[in-house]
Amino acid sequence: MSYILKGETGDWEVVIGLEVHCQVISNAKLFSGAATNFGAEPNTQVSLVDAAMPGMLPVINEQCVRQAIKTGLGLKAKINTKSVFARKNYFYADLPQGYQISQADQPIVGPGTIILDLADGTSREVGIERLHLEQDAGKSLHDQDPTRTFIDLNRTGVALMEIVSDPDMRSPEEAGAYLRKLRSIVRYLETCDGNMDQGSMRCDLNVSVRPVGSTELRTRAETKNVNSVRFAMQAIEYEAARQVAIYDAGGEVVQETRLFDSQKGVTRSMRSKEHAHDYRYFPDPDLLPLVFSDDLVAEIKATLPELPDERKDRYINVFGLSPYDAGVLVAEKDTAMYFEAVAEGRDAKMAANWVINNLFAVLSDRGVGISDSPISAADLGKLLGLIADETISTKIAKDVFEAMLETGDSPEKIVEDKGLKQITDTGAIEAAVDAAIAAGATQVAQYKGGNEKILGWFVGQVMKSTQGKANPGQVNKLLKDKLDS
Amino acid sequence: MSKLNELNIASARDGLARGDFSAAELAEVYIQAIQGGRDMNAYITETPDVALERARESDARRAKGDAMGAMDGIPIAMKDLFCTEGVLTTAGSHILDGFVPPYESTVSANLRSAGAVMLGKSNLDEFAMGSANITSYYGPVKNPWKATSGPDQGKDLVPGGSSGGSAAAVAGGLAMAATGTDTGGSIRQPASFCGIVGLKPTYGRCSRWGVVAFASSLDQAGPMTKTVQDAAIMLGAMAGHDPKDSTSAPLPVPNFEALLTGNVKGLTIGIPKEYKMDGMDPEIQALWDQGIAWLKDAGCTIKEVSLPHTKYALATYYIVAPAEASANLARYDGVRYGLRVPGDSLDDMYMNTRGAGFGEEVQRRILIGTYALSSGYYDAYYIKAQKVRTLISNDFKTAFESVDAILTPTAPSAAFALGEKQEDPVAMYLNDVFTVPTSLAGLPGMSVPAGFSSTGLPLGLQVIGRSFDEGTVLNVGAALEKAAGLNLKAVTGASS
Repeated sequence: MSYILKGETGDWEVVIGLEVHCQVISNAKLFSGAATNFGAEPNTQVSLVDAAMPGMLPVINEQCVRQAIKTGLGLKAKINTKSVFARKNYFYADLPQGYQISQADQPIVGPGTIILDLADGTSREVGIERLHLEQDAGKSLHDQDPTRTFIDLNRTGVALMEIVSDPDMRSPEEAGAYLRKLRSIVRYLETCDGNMDQGSMRCDLNVSVRPVGSTELRTRAETKNVNSVRFAMQAIEYEAARQVAIYDAGGEVVQETRLFDSQKGVTRSMRSKEHAHDYRYFPDPDLLPLVFSDDLVAEIKATLPELPDERKDRYINVFGLSPYDAGVLVAEKDTAMYFEAVAEGRDAKMAANWVINNLFAVLSDRGVGISDSPISAADLGKLLGLIADETISTKIAKDVFEAMLETGDSPEKIVEDKGLKQITDTGAIEAAVDAAIAAGATQVAQYKGGNEKILGWFVGQVMKSTQGKANPGQVNKLLKDKLDS
Repeated sequence: MSKLNELNIASARDGLARGDFSAAELAEVYIQAIQGGRDMNAYITETPDVALERARESDARRAKGDAMGAMDGIPIAMKDLFCTEGVLTTAGSHILDGFVPPYESTVSANLRSAGAVMLGKSNLDEFAMGSANITSYYGPVKNPWKATSGPDQGKDLVPGGSSGGSAAAVAGGLAMAATGTDTGGSIRQPASFCGIVGLKPTYGRCSRWGVVAFASSLDQAGPMTKTVQDAAIMLGAMAGHDPKDSTSAPLPVPNFEALLTGNVKGLTIGIPKEYKMDGMDPEIQALWDQGIAWLKDAGCTIKEVSLPHTKYALATYYIVAPAEASANLARYDGVRYGLRVPGDSLDDMYMNTRGAGFGEEVQRRILIGTYALSSGYYDAYYIKAQKVRTLISNDFKTAFESVDAILTPTAPSAAFALGEKQEDPVAMYLNDVFTVPTSLAGLPGMSVPAGFSSTGLPLGLQVIGRSFDEGTVLNVGAALEKAAGLNLKAVTGASS
């Protein structure tokens, strides 16, 4: 799986670290009581504190702190029971305070780990350096007026968790897997909705390259605010190639901030180190250090849901699924919940097969997610139930599945309406078998002559005459009994 | 009636209770005095309509026998650093042009709940940065006191700062009492210059919510009054835990007036040897010695204490306060409220607005603070200053293991003439040399008028107490006030 760039001067590998901003699911902002709903009319969710009116003071929102602790626990990370909020100073029109309240050298969450599930079924661990809480900025709207910029402060002060990875990733695929896994974890935890298209999860990419075999960390470029997994992978690919080309040409990569142009698939310089902000971090004197007890951490730990890694283990060990299938099913919480509803009280392997092989194909064809599945988990479960109790065969079940997609009807109704109920009445099957043997004198001769494969011809005949409803096991047995006698 | 503006809170409270006069009459007298005293420039905004309305409400409450607040009907000036709902709030700065807050600061709201009547918004140094009230965009305030002799005789004197308008208003009979804020001495030094009582409570005693911020870790609101008893009454009405201010102390407010027993017998008073500075004005030294003698006579034990890091306090303050201010004042950017001077780009608009909106002293402190926080200098300045601040705080902790209060001069001189020290910021900063250490340690400190200079100007002594022990500070202050027995009617033509 190694990702090697062939340069003129040799082989290069890429070193990737990610900084992901996750918008915290909370009713109110990090330091004010204003609401946080997505898509509200501009400037309708703004408190006096958010607008940085004179004399306004921040007060920490406990719910956001709990969410950060929960996320830290989900990342198997060290929780710092004392952390400090700091002011990050810079001027921008959508930053009313003139500083962002963030955390600098004392974040709420310290080192942790995340396990990547890669496409070849292998796993790989990536270190989390830290998670800290900070305020989001507002939005500058440059496209509303030819000469003026409009400001929407609804997002101002909304709580973000910035999750910083170690520079542990070595390919665009690993970075993609990291983003998907992180999104999966925060969705399981319900601490962030993970919707990158809505901006509630945004990614900054730190990319550098080095000769294969080297352990140095070369100058990196940071690509900011990438808003999809695919774009992140594209940006890394572009960045790595760009940097290799620079080194090949005898140049030096400069430390700078870049932006990804998703239209052209390229990154572009935004500002160089010389123009980098001096953020002048210092502890926010309006806020006391954030201190909480180990008891609070324990209390939150007790409420943690089963996370994807543990769930995957359970699917493998209890349900007997393959690591690949288990990984696929747990990646999204909604998929896992769907699968478990289908598998409840049934053959889990069979349920996994139906979900992965049949349902996923349909979802992918229709371009919808599991939450918009045309077939409910309950109906798919019933279909599997009909197979299990031998009401229908697996083959018929596939037809029923298609009919369910077309009509939206329950499997029972379809089986009933179309008369697809399997024939298990020995007399009826025996009659069909006898008819097939009678009609196939040539085939009987071949069978007797040792061609056992010809049995399939007889089965086909029986199925044809019973519209596929004859129980295959019974048909096989009867045929063999009669032909061998 | 003409003497109504010579009453203090306690005596006016009694007069109102007896029905000698109404709150409306009292307000009217002050409204007239303010109009007659405009030359002092103590107010930026006069609010006679608000005052009369609230005074009449007070009279109506009293007539019905409804619950009276501690300040019911008492006319006060509100330092124009407190945001007041529906009333222009300037912080003495051009940059807040036309800013009318849609909210009321916690302290001013508390005072209103206690029945206080707001006469107007008093002048101050721009963003409370100054020690002479000469940095206000709305012009300097004149001290109602005049030197009776010496080189400054006949000249207009500064009232001190930053709460110069509040101090001048109280001393000049333009308010019965006033709110102040103190970051490094802004209540105590003008109180000393104007011959009134000024109390900076313990950091966290009064909410900072709705007070235009200068330096968040130091800013604290407090009363500026004619007497120590008034300070006790007014502090009680201002103080209290406020969940909207994370640094507000979750402590109950004692009945400060009830704590005023007048008995200081048995208290140990510390005299910090480091405050006896080289080149100290002998008049100030004499006043201090007098204060020591009075307290000894009142039954206190006097003990020399050491506050070894005192000499670093001013330098520390002038790192910490500007650093915080540089961030606190970033919000005045011309985008949402106040002054906006257009420009060709966003950066131009910022520079034009802030260049025109902030005065020289404010710009100087923003630059100092920005520099102190800059990459490469942060450790040498800000971090170092925080460490020294801790040492200064520890000095006081150690001292308070053996003493109950500390006595020092409030300021190194009496009020000086308008126009002096203006060219030399450092000379101006030295005004706060005795008050700044208390602020850095977050301790309560009060200036009490204790005597006069040879030129006839009032001088104050400072009483410093343990954290949240304003009660002892008030008691020691009352003992000094009683022993001094001063006639503090400002020698001036401004009030009648």
